Amino acid sequence: MKKILEVQNLAKLHGKGCPLCIEATGPDNDTNVCPHCGTVVAAHGVSFDLYEGEILGIMGESGSGKSTLVKILYFDETPSAGEARFFDAGGQHDLFALNAAQQRWLRNHRFGMVYQNPHLGLNFNVSAGGNIAERLLMSDVAHYGEIRSRARELLARTEVLENRMDESPKRFSGGMQQRVQIAKALATRPPLLFLDEVTTGLDLSVQARILDLILEIQQELSTAMIVVTHDLGVIRLLTVRAIVMKYGRVIEAGLTDQILEDPQHAYTQRLVASAL
Amino acid sequence: MQAILSIEGLAKHFQLHEQGKLIPSCANVHLQVWPGRLTALVGPTGAGKSSVLKCVYRTYLPSAGRMRYRDAEGHEIDLAQASEHRLLALRQDEIGFVTQFLHCLPRKGAAEVVAEPLLRRGEARAAALERARDMLDRLDIPERLWNVPPATFSGGEKQRVNLARGFLARPRLLLLDEPTASLDPKTSERVIERIETLKQDGVAMLAIFHHPDLVARLADHVVELAPPMPLTETLKELTA
Repeated sequence: MKKILEVQNLAKLHGKGCPLCIEATGPDNDTNVCPHCGTVVAAHGVSFDLYEGEILGIMGESGSGKSTLVKILYFDETPSAGEARFFDAGGQHDLFALNAAQQRWLRNHRFGMVYQNPHLGLNFNVSAGGNIAERLLMSDVAHYGEIRSRARELLARTEVLENRMDESPKRFSGGMQQRVQIAKALATRPPLLFLDEVTTGLDLSVQARILDLILEIQQELSTAMIVVTHDLGVIRLLTVRAIVMKYGRVIEAGLTDQILEDPQHAYTQRLVASAL
Repeated sequence: MQAILSIEGLAKHFQLHEQGKLIPSCANVHLQVWPGRLTALVGPTGAGKSSVLKCVYRTYLPSAGRMRYRDAEGHEIDLAQASEHRLLALRQDEIGFVTQFLHCLPRKGAAEVVAEPLLRRGEARAAALERARDMLDRLDIPERLWNVPPATFSGGEKQRVNLARGFLARPRLLLLDEPTASLDPKTSERVIERIETLKQDGVAMLAIFHHPDLVARLADHVVELAPPMPLTETLKELTA
């Protein structure tokens, strides 16, 4: 197994920051807001790695910094400190040392993102097929027939009815919007996919089918994934390793079955106990 | 012959932060497991037999001790210290675990569940499913259930699906936690036959049986566990 991503000491501060921000926040202080300067410490000292074809879970309650992490890695936000290396066929990329054009290239060709809110991932002014076409165009596929057939193939794979391909996704159900997002993210067959609370707020039966689809894709394409969720059921079903975050810090990391059956940190114990 | 697994001074206790308690589970465990032989763990309820198996599989993090495992290449590795990725690789290729309860992906048919370890190792789908159906047949699971998700199965049927998956994966080291607990005598006999076949094939096994007869029939080595002495914290609890 080969490493695809290595994250070291990632940090994100919202605010001007002061020398006391770090020691005054975190799980021990029960806050992520610095009492001295009001800065929000969304993430601090976050390190982990990810191997090819592996699904890593990031769990924690809202405000724990878990979404911030994937947004930084997908270049939606910039980190305050830290490094991330992406290992690709052509070599390795130091993600935050790249210029904007290089970052955009990786985002369009090698990464995929599925957001909790479909409005962030989809363009509601164009059709479902058009959304996929947009992503294919950004990754240099320009032949109309090829784009059309690839879009049809992707929507079929994610079980979106073909005869609705030319409709706007704003007329779709929440579950179907997520399927279009997944189809769009997969359009370039990226080796790395970020999934941010993708089933939160959906009906249980719809959730189940989306989760099954994600697992099937992982098995078919060996896509490495980072799954952000507060739902322990999703963690149990999808991931083999997980990290637990609270107030912007990683408080526990390990094999998923170990975290769920033998959690070490007081917070994880409470989390697991309240779910079972 | 060299042991495949040597456990030295293994202990496991749980620190429950919320209640401020330290719960001992097993302590001072010493045992060895050899290829083609079965080591049985015996002892009263609460002696921590299942905890030993879970520590070996690293579902539990051991609190103390060493678990020296000799892998297929002959390298020795302490399972207590091994990295997560090393353990995942060992679980995929070498170490299997059949517990009393079936944990499997929902909404997948029984044959699919049983074939899963083979598929993960990259075996061709059609061949893996064929072998899975053959193993289900050997364990007396009727053909009409092969494509049905095991969620609706009876306890005994679920346990046999679980065993079929564990047996078919043919690991080098197989951990068994009461594999015949909810089976009738006839299907128990089928399971015992499979365990004997695995032994002949050189599979090393560490097992817990609910019935002493099975220990007498199948075990080459017996390790007795005593309930661990209460730790100071629990002692305080009790005397308070």
